[in-house]
Amino acid sequence: MDSLPSSANPNGSPNSSPLPNDGLAQPTVETAVQLGLLPEEFEHIREILGRVPNFTELSIYSVMWSEHCSYKNSIKWLKTLPKDGEGMLAKAGEENAGLVDIGDGLACAFKIESHNHPSAIEPYQGAATGVGGINRDIFTMGARPIAQLNSLRFGNPNHPKTRWLMRGVVKGIGDYGNAFGIPTVGGEVFFDDSFQINPLVNAMSAGIVKHGQTVKALAEGPGNPVFIVGSRTGKDGIHGAAFASKDLGENAAEDLPSVQVGDPFQEKLLLEATLELIQTGHVVGMQDMGAAGIACSTSEMSAKGSCGMRIDLDKVPTRQARMQPWELLLSESQERMLVVGHKGYEKQIAEVFARWDLPCEQIGEVTEGPLLSYYDQGRLVAAVPAESLVLGGGAPVYERAYQEPVYQATIKAFDPTSVPVPGPNRDAMLPIMEHLASHPNLCSKGWVAQQYDDTIGTAYMGTRQPSDAALVLVRDTQKSLALTVDCNSRYVYADPHRGTAIAVAEAARNIVCSGARPMAVTNCLNFGNPYNPEVYWQFVGAIQGMSEACIALGTPVTGGNVSFYNQSSYEGPVMPSPVIGMLGILEDPTHQQTLDFKQEGDLLYLLGPVTDDLGSSQYLYTYRGLSHSPCPRLDLQEEKLLHQTLQDLTRRQLVLSMHDVSDGGLFLALLEGALHRGLGFDVQSSSGIRRDAFWFGEGQSRAVISVDPSEQYALEQCLSNSGLAYQSLGRVTAGSVHLDGVEFPGIQHWTDLYQNSLGRLMNNA
Amino acid sequence: MKVGIVVFPGSNCDADTLEAFGALNGVDARLLWHKDTDLQGSDLVVLPGGFSYGDYLRSGAIARFAGIMESVRQFAEQGGYVLGICNGFQVLTEAGLLPGALLRNTSQLFISKDVYLQPVSRLAAMSKNLEGDRAYQIPIAHGEGRYYIDANGLRALEDGDQVMFRYVNAAGKRDETSNPNGSLADIAGICSPNGRVMGLMPHPERAVQSLLGLEDGRPLLEGLVHAMA
Repeated sequence: MDSLPSSANPNGSPNSSPLPNDGLAQPTVETAVQLGLLPEEFEHIREILGRVPNFTELSIYSVMWSEHCSYKNSIKWLKTLPKDGEGMLAKAGEENAGLVDIGDGLACAFKIESHNHPSAIEPYQGAATGVGGINRDIFTMGARPIAQLNSLRFGNPNHPKTRWLMRGVVKGIGDYGNAFGIPTVGGEVFFDDSFQINPLVNAMSAGIVKHGQTVKALAEGPGNPVFIVGSRTGKDGIHGAAFASKDLGENAAEDLPSVQVGDPFQEKLLLEATLELIQTGHVVGMQDMGAAGIACSTSEMSAKGSCGMRIDLDKVPTRQARMQPWELLLSESQERMLVVGHKGYEKQIAEVFARWDLPCEQIGEVTEGPLLSYYDQGRLVAAVPAESLVLGGGAPVYERAYQEPVYQATIKAFDPTSVPVPGPNRDAMLPIMEHLASHPNLCSKGWVAQQYDDTIGTAYMGTRQPSDAALVLVRDTQKSLALTVDCNSRYVYADPHRGTAIAVAEAARNIVCSGARPMAVTNCLNFGNPYNPEVYWQFVGAIQGMSEACIALGTPVTGGNVSFYNQSSYEGPVMPSPVIGMLGILEDPTHQQTLDFKQEGDLLYLLGPVTDDLGSSQYLYTYRGLSHSPCPRLDLQEEKLLHQTLQDLTRRQLVLSMHDVSDGGLFLALLEGALHRGLGFDVQSSSGIRRDAFWFGEGQSRAVISVDPSEQYALEQCLSNSGLAYQSLGRVTAGSVHLDGVEFPGIQHWTDLYQNSLGRLMNNA
Repeated sequence: MKVGIVVFPGSNCDADTLEAFGALNGVDARLLWHKDTDLQGSDLVVLPGGFSYGDYLRSGAIARFAGIMESVRQFAEQGGYVLGICNGFQVLTEAGLLPGALLRNTSQLFISKDVYLQPVSRLAAMSKNLEGDRAYQIPIAHGEGRYYIDANGLRALEDGDQVMFRYVNAAGKRDETSNPNGSLADIAGICSPNGRVMGLMPHPERAVQSLLGLEDGRPLLEGLVHAMA
């Protein structure tokens, strides 16, 4: 079943070079296994080199062929994702991030990436360096980051360890992002026991670049100088990529040296210096150093340009003396870049970095292919063909077996009639409403958001005008980016295919509800161990569901990141979490939509299908304690019709607010609309639908809108013509809350529960 | 009128500040590099927000040694106008150009949100032209913004009309919710005895765009420029 490419190195004959000597004991297959390689992979390296690799060379292969760098267990399926569409300027996997044409001679580079394992054992640095890494992916392409988002998943919020992790992660993201100086404009936080040991920390960034000023991550032109710029290289993060490519065991804390340390100050200088350098025109190619450090950047850039490099490792500026060549190659010290410049402009390149007080050292040059030759004090210590190391080249590609998990039978056996329907009276309904309004998965994440600077850059429109997606002004244009991250892990657990399609649909719905048009997707696929067929079944279903929804909604996939091994050796895999980051564009600022109700007396409507769907709702999961129920239904044609109708209403400027119905159902959507201005609502359910499904069900493809009463006729005309199901719900009130004529506590009660529950939990040390 | 905005390594509000001042009538705003010593004829020198030199020590503790700071100090001593916003305020206190210190917020957390400011000083160039009974809505974004000074210092500030802004609620009243960071006497900004060296933690330069739903920062910047004219 596992297949290795037959020969990745047909023409490069390393035998012609002097034999590399790193002065270390010759490794054996046991060494390879200790470094995380399979015995057959060790054998294959011997075939490629025509000899036994030395320890330095073996170390390079071990990180480059790790899951993290090679995507060896996922690439086969990733290739099936839809990548083509209007305005796609770089194909997925081609560059460090996706690149989408947004008009006005500008493009948006955007990407999401995980930093789960480091955050599990060192939440502050783990999360901080995740933010640093994703921003470097953006500015290494020549784009200036303008907005950051993140998607976080933690275990039980009542567990002290969870709160420790969360405080650390949020502080790490905040300290790094705030100092780097880019607003954090959106995100999600989700709690479930399955993330108790292994939290998920995904960071997203979006940047803007002028057409023609993008920089590619490739090396070419023999004789061109190769520079390392930015921070000095230390022993931090060695084997970080390998650490990210295995389960978290009982001894995970021993992997602490695999965690990198972040320095946002250096990153800020590196941003300004590299963007200034690009303006000089002296750059051939550039790649940031993330996983696998110098080994990865030199091999990927060389392979992409079909060339080689000679690198003198002793020229790398270091933080500590006597670092071994393999340590220099594998170090994941942060805030570094590999720059290939045009020969003859070495001085001008160095001057830019001197101005910013950043180390910039020429460490080698581009050579004719295919070999990467690494030297230490003039001695050749490693010689490996670049192509043999990389994804798309000689890195292994595996097909994994998959099978439906046993738990699926429990989900299929779910019988909704076994769930009692609550009565309409206050005593029956109030406990459910209070449970949901205060639940950490549903309530305001203000405690988190307030630690992130969202007003810097004077571009984020949502600080005082909340929308379902984050709108961020693009300087010197009329446009705004619309950005969102979405994934309901519970849905994906219940049905990976449909659950992931819902993640795409919800992301697109959020963008449409902000007045914008969905354009493209980046994804962060967080799963357990791929060698577990049940986990792999989830992965395959997620890819298929994402493909289906992305095709239906016209949002191609521009790239992303796969994070396997999110499981502890004793608690099993996390809930599958294919997080969707979506980019949209708001062409006309007058089309901006906000989610907050505007004034008493406005009319409320529910758009989209109303069904008896209770599946995988927060209500079933925590209030009723039913952990296994089907994923909510989704009809992508209905979803599309909803988007078209909402976009039509936006163009006609008929509505005063627009908000999608998602987690927590209609009741939460109404609450979120009402509380910003201290308003309330008086609404009626429809007959023939279970009361709990109507108010708390999480059926898809729905939105709540509010309109001025004077627009009632025009609105209903428009809705009738659309063919979309809709119903009148009632009115916005001055602050009272009525469901089906029953009076509940007023909005102040709900505002307190919704706004302050998470803060109370977190401050309850 | 020339406004020079100092760029320290780690400054990150320089572009926002440049844009906000540059949009004012009759203002020529430009950036000044920390390694230079020439203030380029600036009538007003602004130290913008950010994390100068990373702020790994106390905020602003290293920036005060930057090459340009000696020129700023001389400029201030000769009666020049200097404004420090957020990290710039921290630098001014570290440099001894303004009294007191900015400590970690009482919550120990970074706080990003809108607050309300009441203009107090009739001496400070920024606040003297503002409406004293109005609450100006302005964002803050800082981890170390708790203003502190000893009792004698506080008395001197109040006696000298050097309290530029206080934190209040939306109705313009001081209450237990209006002070975001635990600042002594709800102080959000102060000025020098001559009213020309000014520092505040909130970011008026971030509140000047109608598309972002907040323009209360503009009267602060315009008031300052007007007072200098």
